[in-house]
Amino acid sequence: MSRADTAPLPIHRGQPLLRRRAFVEHLMGMPISLHVKAIDVHRDDIEAAARNAFAMLDRVNDIFSLWRDDSELARLQAGDVLAGECHPWQGEVMELALEAEEATEGRFSAWFGERAAYDPTGLVKGWAVDKAADFLRVVPGISFCLSAGGDLVVGAGPHLPGGAPAWLIGIQDPYAADGYAATVEVARGAVATSGSAARGAHVIDPRTGSPISRPGSATVVGPDLVWADIWATAAYVDPAGLADLLPRRAPSYHLSLL
Amino acid sequence: MRRITLWLMSTISALVLLFSYPTSTNSTTAASGADDSVEAAVTPNATTTPEATATPDGAATTDGSATSDATPSDATASDATPSDGSTSATDQSTPSDAGSTSDSATGTFAGDSVMTRWGAVQVQLTVKDGQITKSEVIQIPWDNPRDQQINSYAVPILNKEVVTSQTASIDMVSGATVTSVGYIQSLQSAIDQAHLA
Repeated sequence: MSRADTAPLPIHRGQPLLRRRAFVEHLMGMPISLHVKAIDVHRDDIEAAARNAFAMLDRVNDIFSLWRDDSELARLQAGDVLAGECHPWQGEVMELALEAEEATEGRFSAWFGERAAYDPTGLVKGWAVDKAADFLRVVPGISFCLSAGGDLVVGAGPHLPGGAPAWLIGIQDPYAADGYAATVEVARGAVATSGSAARGAHVIDPRTGSPISRPGSATVVGPDLVWADIWATAAYVDPAGLADLLPRRAPSYHLSLL
Repeated sequence: MRRITLWLMSTISALVLLFSYPTSTNSTTAASGADDSVEAAVTPNATTTPEATATPDGAATTDGSATSDATPSDATASDATPSDGSTSATDQSTPSDAGSTSDSATGTFAGDSVMTRWGAVQVQLTVKDGQITKSEVIQIPWDNPRDQQINSYAVPILNKEVVTSQTASIDMVSGATVTSVGYIQSLQSAIDQAHLA
């Protein structure tokens, strides 16, 4: 049902006027909001890409969810399945988890209690959203923002008239849920925020094994969501340490503490 | 008098210290967007909490809020060396516009431009009645394309007034994870509703 061939090209201040469309689904226990800007937001290929992105996240949930005991990861933890029989994503995520632990010098870890328990939940979301966003990055003439419960990727496909537009991202005030404490413009990149605001204490300090209960939040802006998310979590765990470590380890990622 | 000058200068020094890190490496770093605008504040809660200027290495020195009996500063900063004295920026800081007629410390104080490894950094504080009402980076490293590329990811604006003025045009929301249960009351939900086809 492409209407691009019938509608005249709308022009606004010398730029084609991009319309906007939102898709929202609930996956992995959280709202996934996909917003697309394009001249014609009802193109079939945009809808197909959106469906693929959501399906990808659904599949990740099947494999990695620890909120259900029939996921592959849950069965792997329980010893009901062997690592060699698992989806290749398991290896990919585990490798990333090792890398994250090394890069953050132990402030982020997927292992708890002397490596007794492996739980990569803290990075699976960012990793999955990056992957899902690939379905959108190949769609010509669109700009998009894909958010999973407050961690988001902004990107654009090829041949977008006027180039990739900036999205104004509001960073939620951790002390007032209905307000913004900061804004950041992103045309391509990722924004991740870690804090206790929404879920209560759900971030665990891997160095002590205890949940972090301090107020506030940490936001990281950078190229990829998986790393923005890892760094934001590590920064929430150890703000002072990360303010020092991040510019050395990952200078393209930038931290704001609120 | 001396106390507020000390405090202001040390706050400026703390801010300059902040910016001796690569841009946007901490809470108070902010810069402008792709244009060269430098409307960029560095303390989200500057109006009420001097503590917001704490630096990662703990160099911020806030000895409590400035008292309203502080008198306008005609003294130069040169005799007000913060006790930590940890940065050369400190003793170069001078109030650039302290000539307010108010009885309380009021004016705009700019630290000198300081060369860091990453380029020149300059911080300016606006003070009214002994309280910092605004703090801005008025010079940030933009010297080479790599800086610009890095800074293009590095621009959370924390200036309260700017953020408030932008609220209506915010496209998406980043925050601590929203669950499906809490979604309906979330800021993102309201934005989604406006664009659902």
